[in-house]
Amino acid sequence: MIAVIDYKAGNLTSVVKALRFQGAVDVGVTQSPDEVLRADKVVLPGVGHFRATQLLEDLGLTQATREAVAAGTPLLGICVGLQWLYAGSTEAPEVPGLGHFTGECEHFPPIYDGQDLKSPHVGWNSLEQIRGDSRLLRGVAPGSFVYYTHSWRAPVSPDTAAVTLYGGAFTGAVERGNVMGVQFHPEKSAETGRQVLKNFLDF
Amino acid sequence: MGQVPRLREKCRCHRLLTKRVIACLDVRGGRVVKGIQFVGIIDAGDPAELAHRHARGGADEIVLLDITATHEGRGMLLDTVKRTAEALFVPFTVGGGIRSADDAAAVFDAGADKVSINSSAIARPKLIGEIGGSFGAQAVIVAIDARRGPAGVADAEVYVSGGRKATGIRVVDWAREAEQRGAGEILLTSMDTDGMRHGFDCELTRAVSEAVQIPVIASGGAGSAADFAEVFTAGKADAALAASIFHFGVTDSRALKAEVARSGVPMRLPC
Repeated sequence: MIAVIDYKAGNLTSVVKALRFQGAVDVGVTQSPDEVLRADKVVLPGVGHFRATQLLEDLGLTQATREAVAAGTPLLGICVGLQWLYAGSTEAPEVPGLGHFTGECEHFPPIYDGQDLKSPHVGWNSLEQIRGDSRLLRGVAPGSFVYYTHSWRAPVSPDTAAVTLYGGAFTGAVERGNVMGVQFHPEKSAETGRQVLKNFLDF
Repeated sequence: MGQVPRLREKCRCHRLLTKRVIACLDVRGGRVVKGIQFVGIIDAGDPAELAHRHARGGADEIVLLDITATHEGRGMLLDTVKRTAEALFVPFTVGGGIRSADDAAAVFDAGADKVSINSSAIARPKLIGEIGGSFGAQAVIVAIDARRGPAGVADAEVYVSGGRKATGIRVVDWAREAEQRGAGEILLTSMDTDGMRHGFDCELTRAVSEAVQIPVIASGGAGSAADFAEVFTAGKADAALAASIFHFGVTDSRALKAEVARSGVPMRLPC
C-alpha cells in the first residue's frame, strides 16, 4: 500500500488521484502509525502552515515515519511535506521537523537584488542544476517547468536534487537514499510532475 | 548574411517565475457556454474535454466558472468538476455560487485545487479566512469585479451580483482587506474592458498589484498577444485570464505564449 498521510493540512484529493492515474492501485489515506509502518511507500503532502505538522507528532506518526524510513521505505514529502523533512521552519519555530535533512526553512526575503520580491511564490518555475544521480528526477530535463505555491523554502545543501531560482536558489527537490521531497506540486505540474510521481512509484 | 536561425528562440528557457496564461470556461447546466453580443448563448462543448484540450494546448491553469443560478445546477456542477478534474494535472479553479466553507469543501472534494469567491466574500468577508483556514490560503482566490469611477482608477469601485450592484467599496481597499483576511490570489476583472477585446485595464491592474503582495490575475479585455504582454509588464499582473480569445475552437495557447515570450515576458514554453 502507498500510505498518504493525512494531517489535516489541505486537500489530498489531487495527490491521491495523480498517484492512481500513474498506476498505483492501492493508495490509502491514513492517520495510523501502524499503516505507515506496514506501507510499501509513504507520501507526506501538505499545504498551509508548518504548525499543522505538530499533529504528526501528536498522532505518533513522526516516530512511525522515522522507523519506516530506517527500514528502507521510500518517503516522498510534498510542499510543506518537504519542509518537514528538515530540522524545522521559521514559520513555526516551536514545532520540530523530522530532521532528516540539515537546515531550517525560511521565508523568502522581501527584497532581493535591490528589488521587491513578492511572496508567496506562485506559478510555474523551472528546475535547474538537476543532480545526475537523482532517481526521483530521472528523465526530467533541466529547465522543465513545475508548479509552485509557497512562502517558505528549504536551503540548498548537498542533498538538494534540483534548485529553482526565486530570490536566489532554493531547494526544488531533495533526495538522499529512500527519503526525498519536492517543494513544487507534482500532481499539478503536467508531464514533468507525472514523471516525478512515476519515478517515485518505481522506487 | 543568411537568415537568423530561429531555433534558439524556440528553446529559450527562462530561469524565472513565469507569467501564467489562464483559460476560463463559463459553464451552465454542465456545458461550456458563450454569450454572443449579449443576446444569444451558444453551446461550446463539454467542460472536461475542453479543459483537457486547453491544458494540452499550453494553458497554465484552468478556471471553471459556474454561471448556473439554480439549486439543481449545483449537483450537476460537482459532477462536472469531478469529471474535469479526473485527469487534469494543472491547477484547477472553480468559481460561482460558493457561499460557505461547506460549498468550498464539496468543490475541493470533487477535485478542484482553488475556489474563486466574489459576491459571497463581500457579503461575509470572514468566508475568506474560513476556507483558507481549512484548505490553505493558496486555495482561495478572491474575485473582484471592478469599474472605474469619475476620477478613473483612483476611485474604481467593486461591483457584485455579476456586475449588477455597486458596493461603494474601493477596489484597492477591498484587495488589501482580502489579502489581510487570507486570500491567496486576487482575480481582478475590469468591467470597463471586459468583452471588448481591446486590451486589459493595465492601469487598474497595476494599482492593485502594487497594493498587495499576493499574485494578481488580470481579466477582461484580452484580444491579442500584445495585450497579454502589456498587462504582464505595464500592468504588473502575475497572471492573465481569458475566455473569449480561446473561443471558437481555439484551445492552443502555445503560439500566443511564444509571441508574448518574444517581447521578453517569461512564459512556460516547452524546451
